[in-house]
Amino acid sequence: MSQSTGQLVGKIVLITGAGRGIGRACAQLCAEQGAHVLVNTRTQDTADAAALEIRTAIPHARVDGIAFDVGDTAAVKSAFQAIHRNYKRLDVLVNNAGILRDALVGMVSESLFDEVMRTNFGGTFYCAQMAARLMARQSSGSIINLSSIIGRYGNSGQAVYGASKAAVLGLTYSLAKELGPNNIRVNAIAPGFIETDMTASLPEAKRDDIMRGVRMNRIGKASDVAGAVLFLSSDYSAYVTGQVIGVDGGMII
Amino acid sequence: MLQDRLIKAFSEGLEISKDLVTDELSFQGIQEWDSVGHMTLIASLESEFDIMFDTDDVIDLSSVAVAKKILEKYGVGPF
Ligand SMILES: NC(=O)c1ccc[n+]([C@@H]2O[C@H](COP(=O)([O-])OP(=O)(O)OC[C@H]3O[C@@H](n4cnc5c(N)ncnc54)[C@H](OP(=O)(O)O)[C@@H]3O)[C@@H](O)[C@H]2O)c1
Repeated sequence: MSQSTGQLVGKIVLITGAGRGIGRACAQLCAEQGAHVLVNTRTQDTADAAALEIRTAIPHARVDGIAFDVGDTAAVKSAFQAIHRNYKRLDVLVNNAGILRDALVGMVSESLFDEVMRTNFGGTFYCAQMAARLMARQSSGSIINLSSIIGRYGNSGQAVYGASKAAVLGLTYSLAKELGPNNIRVNAIAPGFIETDMTASLPEAKRDDIMRGVRMNRIGKASDVAGAVLFLSSDYSAYVTGQVIGVDGGMII
Repeated sequence: MLQDRLIKAFSEGLEISKDLVTDELSFQGIQEWDSVGHMTLIASLESEFDIMFDTDDVIDLSSVAVAKKILEKYGVGPF
């Protein structure tokens, strides 16, 4: 039996990079809110395992695993063709998959540049392209792109990561304009400092330094970001497009 | 029958009269078939025939005649 109450009942929601961290928290919250969630990871085993864990935690949740690497355009294409075949529609795409590779600009290798841009920007672009085509058929949809505070304000050692996340913002604004007439909304979320594997390896001194700028005096939780994703996925944001929501505890007031 | 469905998809996708849908009708040949109309047309064809085009085919689909050839690759046709 499927769940009949919640903000996202009847919606098919695809979340990339949902095996852990922010993506996992989004998947969990969307499933709690009645969405049929498609959990993306890079292998079918991990995707199925993540889906099973969420189904076990949330009775009646509808969650399926879908494996693809967001940086592999052919794999992205087949995944969206499979979504079309199996579900016939897509209501929400959360472009969450991303990687962080720090390097001072003089030490940025071509392979680091390619990997970060291909995953963070290329993955977001190609998933949005395919999603827009599915959503255009139903004349509705919401695309949510995970950018970063670094994409807005930059950071030393993060020239490529920052550029990839700034590119995500440019994409968001342009797609919001292009897809608005089709009733497809496109927004971005710019998290600040969120406790996940991505930030776990930061040296103590760097953490303390970042924390001094967080007005709310606590590190963000993945669930804090998931709340913003829920808002942008739901009809409560029906007239919101082309926006960037900072989820940063007041880092940039 | 297939031909009727094709004409319907073009006519609805481009918001034009069915009479205008001939093999010769081509991209930018009429005001309605501009790049924005093209994407609506693609959505209309995909819905009508329950398929999803490759991006290269979206780009190549430049006339009704070409659309028929492309659709055949997806198991729709022959027309
Ligand atoms: N944490 C923060 O403070 C913070 C701040 C600003 C923005 N963000 C953004 O928020 C998003 C999520 O970050 P997070 O902190 O949750 O990171 P995370 O804990 O490192 O998780 C990243 C997720 O993305 C997946 N992924 C990476 N490359 C992929 C690919 N090519 N194809 C499919 N999946 C891929 C990873 O899968 P695997 O498990 O297979 O590696 C993992 O599930 C990212 O876009 C990140 O840039 C995070």
